[in-house]
Amino acid sequence: MATTQNNSDTALIVRNLSVFFGKNAAVKNVSLDVRARAVTAIIGPSGCGKSTFLRALNRMHELNPEARMTGEIKLFGDNIYSSDVEPVVVRRRVGMVFQKSNPFPTMSISENVTVGLRLNGMREKKILNERTEQSLRMSALWDEVKDRLHAPAISLSGGQQQRLCIARALAVQPEVLLMDEPASALDPLATSKIEELILQLKKDYTIVIVTHNMQQAARVSDFTAFFYIGELVEFDATTKIFTSPAKKQTEDYVTGRFG
Amino acid sequence: MTAPNHKWRKFKNVFMQTLTFVCAILVVTPLLLVFYHLIKEGFSSINLAFFTQLPKAEGESGGGMGNAIVGTFILLAQAAVIGVPVGVLGGVFLSEYGGTKLNWAIRFAADILNGVPSITWGIVVYALMVVPMHTFSALAGGVVLGMMMIPLVMRTTEEVLQLVPGGYREAALALGISKWKTIVQIVIRTALKGIVTGVLLALARVAGETAPLLFTALGNRFWAHKLTEPIAAMPLQIFAYAIGPYNDQHRQAWAGAFVLLLLVLAINVGVRFLTRDRFQAKV
Repeated sequence: MATTQNNSDTALIVRNLSVFFGKNAAVKNVSLDVRARAVTAIIGPSGCGKSTFLRALNRMHELNPEARMTGEIKLFGDNIYSSDVEPVVVRRRVGMVFQKSNPFPTMSISENVTVGLRLNGMREKKILNERTEQSLRMSALWDEVKDRLHAPAISLSGGQQQRLCIARALAVQPEVLLMDEPASALDPLATSKIEELILQLKKDYTIVIVTHNMQQAARVSDFTAFFYIGELVEFDATTKIFTSPAKKQTEDYVTGRFG
Repeated sequence: MTAPNHKWRKFKNVFMQTLTFVCAILVVTPLLLVFYHLIKEGFSSINLAFFTQLPKAEGESGGGMGNAIVGTFILLAQAAVIGVPVGVLGGVFLSEYGGTKLNWAIRFAADILNGVPSITWGIVVYALMVVPMHTFSALAGGVVLGMMMIPLVMRTTEEVLQLVPGGYREAALALGISKWKTIVQIVIRTALKGIVTGVLLALARVAGETAPLLFTALGNRFWAHKLTEPIAAMPLQIFAYAIGPYNDQHRQAWAGAFVLLLLVLAINVGVRFLTRDRFQAKV
């Protein structure tokens, strides 16, 4: 892959993306640009293809052997589906946080944070320690865990585990962070912490978040894409989508008339 | 309001509950009976000589089955060298790689192999190794036990790997960790306790095999010095003594059976103790 141009304003350029599972098209001909160092929310009813779209952004959808895609996605100018690009390399640049927090149960808190680095060959203790603190600070977990970095990760609460997963994703220093309903399994307090965190992180990172919670999309995102049955219905600034959407369908959805 | 047959229903409920409890107890009873009998008959023959000495000549009392105890461990070590890597890696393939149809076929074959009578394994290895080598050998005994372990270890490994939630695999892959490292460092590590348990249970299972060893290891009244010689094993020695004419032999057979059972029990208990991890997933 060519060197990255991180100072570019557009992190991801998606053109005519379709994703198929077998014969079913889960995402149909979607084109959009993801602004760098901003939060882009993907909303839409269940089964609208928003998670599949998100997973196509770091080629995680390929874990399903039936999956196939057409179209193009460029990450800071690099075609991530180019035949000479390994999915592993894409995923180091585009990290992901899942709905269900999944810290590795065999590892301590600090081991979880550095696992991406260690398993990719990083051995230097000093760098690993630095990155642990840095990532835990960025995910607003440092103060809560700094005295028990070697405690099992699964001893943390649900909200803490999810922030640990964010720290783990940040530790490999990705350029883009994908979040698939990161707060939907958390209580309101833990949710608001995650949301604050997202607002902090967008200073340095490009974030794409899938959410079922429209208030959440309105609170944390700068841009919102509304998906419906695999198609991108509308994509605009979040304020526009929630106050004066161009399409009737979007308006119906954000005002709760369907979905 | 009381239903007219309330009492009858209550009786049925109590009756079924008692029945299931009795059946559950019946499962445990044989273990207690076996233990009781082995201790009663064999304990008196267990002394230092039993573990260290060779069998005495026919009809002479005393002696032990030191060679058979050592032989069993040598056979198990060989079996582990063959059965563990092949079985574990095969289980990894079934769980993490492969296509549905291919895996179905492999799984089916492994299940059939698990049901193959052990004497059949003995004959196969007899034909494949003993006949060409013109001698019974410890090697052939190790190979036959190892071959028996492979499908056992493979299926238990596959099962415990399947219990590792897919979320861990996804999380690791999303960090840009390669699939192989994800499998070794995340999936296998999470399931390690289960894998080790499966391996040790397979070892415990083949430790008591007698029939396949009759054709392969044969048994030996003396210490074996080379893997290409016949070797003694506890089940073989127990078998030989049990059908022998002398009371002292019978007592030694009981003692051997007792020690063998203790070995199997120790493996089972040891598994749980040794693989305790400070934070192991409950799988």
